[in-house]
Amino acid sequence: MRRTACLSAFSAVLLSCGILTGCGSSGGSGAGASVELLNVSYDPTRELYQDFNTAFAKYWKEKSGQEVTVRQSHGGSGKQARGVIDGLEADVVTLALAYDIDAIAEKSKLVAPDWRVRLPHNSAPYTSTIVFLVRKGNPKKLHDWTDLVQPGIEVITPNPKTSGGARWNYLAVWGWMLKKELGDLSKLKDPAQADAVKQAQDKAREFVAALYHNVPVLDSGARASTTTFTQRGIGDVLLAWENEAFLCLNEPGGELIEMVVPSATILAEPPVALVDGVVDRRGTRAVAQAYLEYLYSPEGQRIAAKHYYRPVEPDKADPKDAARFPAVNLFTIDEAFTGWSEAQKTHFSDGGVFDQIYKPGK
Amino acid sequence: MSGASRMSLSPATTPGAARDPLWLRVLLIAVTLLFLGLFLLLPLVSVFYEALRGGVRLYLASLVDSDALTAVRLTLLTAVIAVPCNLVFGLAAAWALAKFEFRGKAVLITLIDLPFAVSPVVSGLVFVLLFGAGGWFGPWLTAHHLHIIFAVPGIVLATMFVTFPFVARELIPLMQEQGSEEEQAALVLGAGGWSTFWRVTLPNIKWALLYGVILCNARAMGEFGAVSVVSGHIRGRTNTMPLHVEILYNEYNFQAAFAVASLLALLALVTLAAKELVEWRARVDMRSAAGTAAGEEK
Repeated sequence: MRRTACLSAFSAVLLSCGILTGCGSSGGSGAGASVELLNVSYDPTRELYQDFNTAFAKYWKEKSGQEVTVRQSHGGSGKQARGVIDGLEADVVTLALAYDIDAIAEKSKLVAPDWRVRLPHNSAPYTSTIVFLVRKGNPKKLHDWTDLVQPGIEVITPNPKTSGGARWNYLAVWGWMLKKELGDLSKLKDPAQADAVKQAQDKAREFVAALYHNVPVLDSGARASTTTFTQRGIGDVLLAWENEAFLCLNEPGGELIEMVVPSATILAEPPVALVDGVVDRRGTRAVAQAYLEYLYSPEGQRIAAKHYYRPVEPDKADPKDAARFPAVNLFTIDEAFTGWSEAQKTHFSDGGVFDQIYKPGK
Repeated sequence: MSGASRMSLSPATTPGAARDPLWLRVLLIAVTLLFLGLFLLLPLVSVFYEALRGGVRLYLASLVDSDALTAVRLTLLTAVIAVPCNLVFGLAAAWALAKFEFRGKAVLITLIDLPFAVSPVVSGLVFVLLFGAGGWFGPWLTAHHLHIIFAVPGIVLATMFVTFPFVARELIPLMQEQGSEEEQAALVLGAGGWSTFWRVTLPNIKWALLYGVILCNARAMGEFGAVSVVSGHIRGRTNTMPLHVEILYNEYNFQAAFAVASLLALLALVTLAAKELVEWRARVDMRSAAGTAAGEEK
């Protein structure tokens, strides 16, 4: 009898899994009258893509007669890339930084290695930057990066290991110090300046260590950090995406905070890519490609600017929206760190600089 | 762990409590009430307050939102599969462990407790390592277009794993206590295997079984950690209710987040009510059984 019960339990499990697998695998196939895409994205793009997906569905319906539903998955950029590598069936990825898409290309071969040149502007249809959010009236007088390392200042930033925004934050500080010390970032590539560069790098390392010393909690994603700062009221300053900062100012509680733009910060280029392995399997290449290209269209650029992403083709955006972006002194990751793979290897890999300087709970 | 053992404690403690001075009793009761109010009642009230703050119409609108409905449906589906499976398994395991002697029994009992001991996040990761694209069965699953991780089966599997011990844990002590004499008597009197089970074993354990099922169900619907790891968080597809609450909260949609949370809170209240009912019925049953036994002795 015991055997019968065990057996029936086991077969029930198998049966139910079988039925569900059937349900799970349907819903793909680009040939029919309706199609579903999955856009795996990073944290602060929720509102942007909600808006954009509606616009795209309308455009695609007019163009091809096909109904398209775009599903969204959001989370820390690194975590999302990990998900795609582990089998999350994304047709397109729209992540916070190029390295995460490189990781997908390298580890799972689902994305072609040359993905960055397949779309205009390094495959980044919009850019952003890193700014400060402080409490109303700026009570701690935080105006530039140097102010953040003072003793007793609490800085909120997510974990660079899991969050793309956090990596931009980290590189913004580091790059700012290099720029301050060297004056001109082109000296980094000049062998004659090796000593000065070494000195500047040491200073930057010391400064970043001091800054992370002031971080009381590392959340896993940008949105979690924002909630920590705005909803839970922890910390004196939040290092945030510019778009996220604008969004906070417009949310309930936004009247209690204000935005501060530091003297120099990094140009963040969140890239997008087609996941070749998935679109070919599901037969969704045409619609997924059109989806990404539509980001560069006047409508796509207008929606990006509306949601506080800096459009790469500003003339397509609503001038009123474009005027909201403050003038910022920006440097790129290629100038300060010779690209993402270099920055990732030196700073964020296991045992890299971040691991060496960040000691939790101190 | 079982309801029966807890019930037998209460009559023994009552006479001692009556002897304590009045001020001590009042103090203890006040502290308990304060604690309950602060840590249980207040959060519960705040969930409903936040959910209804924008008015009943907004509350209902956020519940009939298509993503919210999908989340509710997925949560129910998960529970409908996971709970019966664990019911059958728990019954089988408790039966095997309580009524038979065999080697490795202690190991088996420990194994059943494993999901309680392991962090839910680890339970989720285990399934990613097994069924993920780079996992043991990943390449085979991909080749056959089967989806487990980041799809409904993964969520069901993770939930089953986490809620695995509830029924078995509830039944094992009770069945061990009861022994197998009654079943042996039934067999000697000529009853078959199934009729022994339906007429002797099941009536003896029905309340504990129901209690286990209620707890199992509550956890299955409320599980966050393990499910979060295997879900992929696809809105309107692989979001269960707890995950949907988190998403809404992260989108600054607090009112809707609390509306869905209030459904989970309601579920908790229903669970508690059902649990009370079951315990009360079990007590009534026991008392009447004791009554008839005493009557027969006279």
